[in-house]
Amino acid sequence: MTLANDTPTALSAAAIAQAGSRRLQRLAMGVFCIFALGLPFVASGYHLFQFAQVLIYAIALLGLNILTGYNGQISLGHGAFYAIGGYAMAILATKFDVPYWATIPVSGLICFVAGFLFGLPALRLGGLYLALATFALAVATPQLLNYRGFDAWTGGSQGLQLGKPHAPFALPLTSDQWLYFLCLVCAALMFWAAANLVRGRIGRAIIAIRDHPIAAETMGINISFYKAMCFGVSALYAGVAGALGSIVVGFISPDSFGLFLSLSFLVGIVVGGLASIWGVLFGALFIEFVPNYADQLSDLFGESAKALPGAIYGILLIGLMYLMPTGVAGVIRTAPGLLSRLFSRPKRV
Amino acid sequence: MLAKRLQGIILMPAPRSAKSNGGGGNDHAAGAPSRAIRMPRRRKADCFGDMSATPRTGAAPLLVVEGVSVRFGGIVALDSISFAVAGGQICGLIGPNGAGKTTLFNCLSRLYRADRGAITFEGRPLLSASKHEIAQCGIARTFQNLALFRTMTVLENVMIGAHCRARGGFFADALALPLTRREEQRIRERAMALIDEFALGAVAGTPAGELPFGTQKRVELARALASEPRLLLLDEPAGGLNHEEVDSLRGEIQAIRDRRGITVLLVEHHMNLVMRVSDQVVALNFGRKIADGPPGEVQQNPDVIRAYLGDAA
Ligand SMILES: Nc1ncnc2c1ncn2[C@@H]1O[C@H](COP(=O)(O)OP(=O)(O)OP(=O)(O)O)[C@@H](O)[C@H]1O
Ligand SMILES: [Mg+2]
Repeated sequence: MTLANDTPTALSAAAIAQAGSRRLQRLAMGVFCIFALGLPFVASGYHLFQFAQVLIYAIALLGLNILTGYNGQISLGHGAFYAIGGYAMAILATKFDVPYWATIPVSGLICFVAGFLFGLPALRLGGLYLALATFALAVATPQLLNYRGFDAWTGGSQGLQLGKPHAPFALPLTSDQWLYFLCLVCAALMFWAAANLVRGRIGRAIIAIRDHPIAAETMGINISFYKAMCFGVSALYAGVAGALGSIVVGFISPDSFGLFLSLSFLVGIVVGGLASIWGVLFGALFIEFVPNYADQLSDLFGESAKALPGAIYGILLIGLMYLMPTGVAGVIRTAPGLLSRLFSRPKRV
Repeated sequence: MLAKRLQGIILMPAPRSAKSNGGGGNDHAAGAPSRAIRMPRRRKADCFGDMSATPRTGAAPLLVVEGVSVRFGGIVALDSISFAVAGGQICGLIGPNGAGKTTLFNCLSRLYRADRGAITFEGRPLLSASKHEIAQCGIARTFQNLALFRTMTVLENVMIGAHCRARGGFFADALALPLTRREEQRIRERAMALIDEFALGAVAGTPAGELPFGTQKRVELARALASEPRLLLLDEPAGGLNHEEVDSLRGEIQAIRDRRGITVLLVEHHMNLVMRVSDQVVALNFGRKIADGPPGEVQQNPDVIRAYLGDAA
């Protein structure tokens, strides 16, 4: 159609590569769906819990990636929004008897408002200063949750205990299986929405602000509004993830929301690939499993290696960044092109 | 460089005769400030109003700049600049390096704050608008040093240009409501039409940052037109282009005015180009206006010649 005046060879080569990568994409999607749906009937107990946690992390990473990867605003404090979501869920469920499933969207909305309000003043801050402001958020949150004055709500350092929900409608699922599926459904919805968002008009504006803020504003994009909205939306994602986290763990206390969590989120989006939707799944796998494996690996070295898990985690991370500087998504993005170029060399004109 | 400009001034081609669109072609005086003529448009009309390319009659000034001054610390970048551009005109803005041409553009885009003065566009005071409202008002621009979204494809860049002409918000987009799909389709089609027009079809899917300089300039032009402007600001569109590219650029600029009825304000050092396409030329030097009139007159203006040649002239 509109590409009619292309040189035919260039066009067909590009079209073949594109069709090939689309087919690969669909294949990967199919495999992933089978894996995700079949998992609860293969894995059990703790493993299933871990994969539910992967889905939860993936939701949080998705939000952070919209903010940092797509919009170019760094946040070292998304653990705080995750915590707010988690506590909102727990407080609503224990103090107000809100059904656990209904707390998920409410927690998301609470975090959206919190994120938007935090994003407004943060607009004035760029780069390192924004990193510091969000860092402060991450540092302050666990202490605030511990604060005596809020004990009646937050349970202080004891935290809050939640019951484990059972599968509704007499579904023949164990509690673990049901919780996994709940996370899967939520993750699917959140991925769908994020993919819609970033590939449309708003997504273009978000990326334009990252690429060239002055030009973006000249194109009629209200930068302040979009940046604050990105903060709000990414906090919403973190909040939904936090609420799901509380539900799945069945317990919440300030210790789980330290600085390491916030930094893990950042690690997750970089490992998965900045500005990538599907990449965050790999980032989530990384932050869920690699610290565990680092622990197990360091156990092999015996008693003398108490300090090693951190070192092993660090070395793995450094190695990964050297091998895949654009994250897993970057490798996947270039791989089909490389493959199709290997197999069908376009003739030189 | 200097020699080239000299040649441009001295050996310049015959100025264009008055354009067909109204008798006011070269008659800049007719465009004295008269703000009452065009009523301010409502925002809604700005967004979705009829942008059909009816050539405007030259009588009503589309853009009026009155006493605009800008200073940076000790430097007076613009010193009480006043001029008017009638609708449907191509107005050249010339001056040696550092004369303040880009600064004036930045005032029109609201990127710089004018210390004094007023700018009126279609009867609307522009200086009270925000930066992001300028595009919606109907003013688009290109940049002297390219300002493309480098990681985005050419198609996406051009579609961003149409951002201000489409509806939809975060939640409508996230939920893929029918409205956003329709709007997306409409913007995409318009962008593809522009991409065809500027012969960018072969690179539509290429990230803009990977393209050669001349191609990037064309992308910027297409992106600016995607916002359906009524006033187009071009900051040195010929800068860095080769001979043939400048020739085709001249045709493009003329087509933008003739076919779309867009008024053009053109900053350019390429004298040959400016003098051939412009109906009116405004010359700046050290932030002051030194000449304003038809190209033939401005070219002969002793102040202009002195500004370009230095005291030697
Ligand atoms: N942001 C700024 N801060 C300080 N000084 C500035 C700024 N922008 C422009 N100037 C100064 O204002 C004066 C006019 O600059 P401007 O860029 O408008 O010139 P110009 O006519 O576009 O020149 P050129 O032909 O080289 O593009 C120059 O002296 C420049 O140094
Ligand atoms: Mg300039």
